[in-house]
Amino acid sequence: MELTSTIIDAAANGRRIGQEEGLALLRNADLLTLGDLANTARRRLHPERIVTYIIDRNINYTNICVNKCAFCAFYRDQESPDAYVLNREEIFSKIEETIALGGTQILMQGGVHPDLGIEYFEDLFSAIKSQFSIQVHSLSPSEITYLARKAGISVRDALMRLRASGLDSIPGGGAEILVDRVREQLSPNKIRWRDWMGVMREAHLLGMPTTATMMFGSLETKEDIIQHLIRVRDLQEETQGFTAFIPWTYQPGNTKLGGRPATAVEYLKTLAVSRIMLDNVPNIQASWVTQGAKIAQVALEFGANDFGSTMIEENVVAAAGVTFRMSREEIVRLIKDAGYQAAQRDTVYTILNRS
Amino acid sequence: MQITRTEITEKVRAGERLTREDGIALFRSCDLLALGRMASHRAAQKNGDRVYFVQNMHINPTNICVNRCKFCAFSRSKDQPGAYAMTIDDILQKARSAEKGVRELHIVSGLHPDLPFSWYLDMLRALRTELPHIHIKAFTAVEIDYLAKLARLDLKETLIKLREAGLGSLPGGGAEIFDPGVRNALCAEKISGDRWLEVMETAHDIGLRSNATMLYGHIETIEDRVDHLLRLRELQDRTGGFQAFIPLSFHSPNTEIQKSAYTTGFDDLKTLAVSRLLLDNFDHIKAYWVMLGEKITQVSLSFGVDDIDGTVVEERITKMAGGTTEGVMTRDELIDLIRQAGRVPVERDTLYNTVRVWS
Repeated sequence: MELTSTIIDAAANGRRIGQEEGLALLRNADLLTLGDLANTARRRLHPERIVTYIIDRNINYTNICVNKCAFCAFYRDQESPDAYVLNREEIFSKIEETIALGGTQILMQGGVHPDLGIEYFEDLFSAIKSQFSIQVHSLSPSEITYLARKAGISVRDALMRLRASGLDSIPGGGAEILVDRVREQLSPNKIRWRDWMGVMREAHLLGMPTTATMMFGSLETKEDIIQHLIRVRDLQEETQGFTAFIPWTYQPGNTKLGGRPATAVEYLKTLAVSRIMLDNVPNIQASWVTQGAKIAQVALEFGANDFGSTMIEENVVAAAGVTFRMSREEIVRLIKDAGYQAAQRDTVYTILNRS
Repeated sequence: MQITRTEITEKVRAGERLTREDGIALFRSCDLLALGRMASHRAAQKNGDRVYFVQNMHINPTNICVNRCKFCAFSRSKDQPGAYAMTIDDILQKARSAEKGVRELHIVSGLHPDLPFSWYLDMLRALRTELPHIHIKAFTAVEIDYLAKLARLDLKETLIKLREAGLGSLPGGGAEIFDPGVRNALCAEKISGDRWLEVMETAHDIGLRSNATMLYGHIETIEDRVDHLLRLRELQDRTGGFQAFIPLSFHSPNTEIQKSAYTTGFDDLKTLAVSRLLLDNFDHIKAYWVMLGEKITQVSLSFGVDDIDGTVVEERITKMAGGTTEGVMTRDELIDLIRQAGRVPVERDTLYNTVRVWS
């Protein structure tokens, strides 16, 4: 489909954008047009000039993983000399540091470790909740599916047990591209798109909020990106359980797959099309971890209304050789410099304080 | 008087010249996309879809410098650890290593206390003799002023001698910010803004082309930036000798000025866009990727930029200040960056003659 003024008008007026229309925008609209449309869509949902951020820490409890995805620089075999599993003291001292820095959330993700079962996480989460007042935003769908299978129970039962032990919400990682043809090449051992979406549906039905991500710039086509967005939008229509959408770019360093990273223009265009198409997802996050501070700030004019996390610790993108660091002060400076008020939020986007 | 963006947009559409107040209002605006649109409109009128690059090599013959600019992480005194000075043979050897296709040498240095004027003439002659096909763009206005003192000649005679020895054009460095207060705080020993402009005017008068720069993101105000741009515009009205304007973002990690670690993406893009809009008599606005990074450089092609400099090959000055980009981009990477932004890469020589359109 060609890019027509009808499509541009539809996007500008907030009419739902279909698959072909989305594709035309992603393929043929210029950068500033997409910026304008995404900005309009963002203002419709967030008329106030506020950009939020969260103080949290990624705790990667292990790098041992059965999935061994071709795009990943983080995972190790169990026998590898730098394989690790964090012990409880290490995890607790990281949580203490997070709270001391004003953090409200921990994001615990592996590795899908072959030996860690659901009881391990039930014990861990109960212990965390009994000692700390912090949101546990942890375990991506791939991990949850593995825990359920290992225990021989349904995803729903696994989620209920984990929730009872202290799991508050689920991060949207492992979505990569929600098209099985791409997943078969990128991550043949990882769950398929319906499994990923199934975990999210069950979580939403249980009242657990989640986010959704998209990793692009690897083997997918533009059609796959649009398909991904529509699949997220369809579930959201059913459940309203996604709090935010977070697109980021594949980082080829130290991976089996290799290749070149998506450019900044591709990132901003994809971000903008995400904002335009996901009319029912309230928040879009900029990814400074993959794009750096400068482009993450510019992303605020391309549909993002959230700066993501201070990420007191981040290991996965760092393993691909990309390390950007940001303090809370820097995030606040960038938000203000772009003409917005900066606000610290919690996991479900409740504003805690403004600066 | 409050100037609205609509009024400025109208002026841009009508092709009218923008005023100092317009420039200040644009810098104060946070409507980044609107700035991008206006700047793109002007850029397209001048250069269409084309984005220029050059295959070039930077040579920084010495970091020994009699000046002590506070923003500079590159300069050393003679006996300081890390000080270096290349011989003419070193320079020749480096230039010989340039890949086939390199058309420009960009040579800038510290102000070395001991070398005589004849050394610089010898260096130019040696390069020209050995590599006659490569254009030598060398010496900032600050160095030209220093060389004139060494030569005990006036600016015009100095420039004529340098040109006779092989100098092809001047880069735009050393402009920093013209405002005397800011300049004094940043680089008290360096030539004044007036003198910088005088060097450029003299060069243009004898037919040497040059570029112009502005160092931003340190202690200057928005007004200082606008005044800087307007002084360049004024001189360009008289001489027409400037080819490109290159705003340089300040890097602070290894320098004495610690306002903040880096300029923001907004500030970089705004500065490029406002430059495009105010400098209506400059043909080219260049994003220097070594300082801005590849990502902002690519995005800047929608914010008034039509030139992304070149392959550069081992630049030392930004690197010493903690610049994060790799020192090299290949020709193919530059072409790819431009294409991915939906523009047409045009390889140029120093004087903006088209070498090849990579359509």
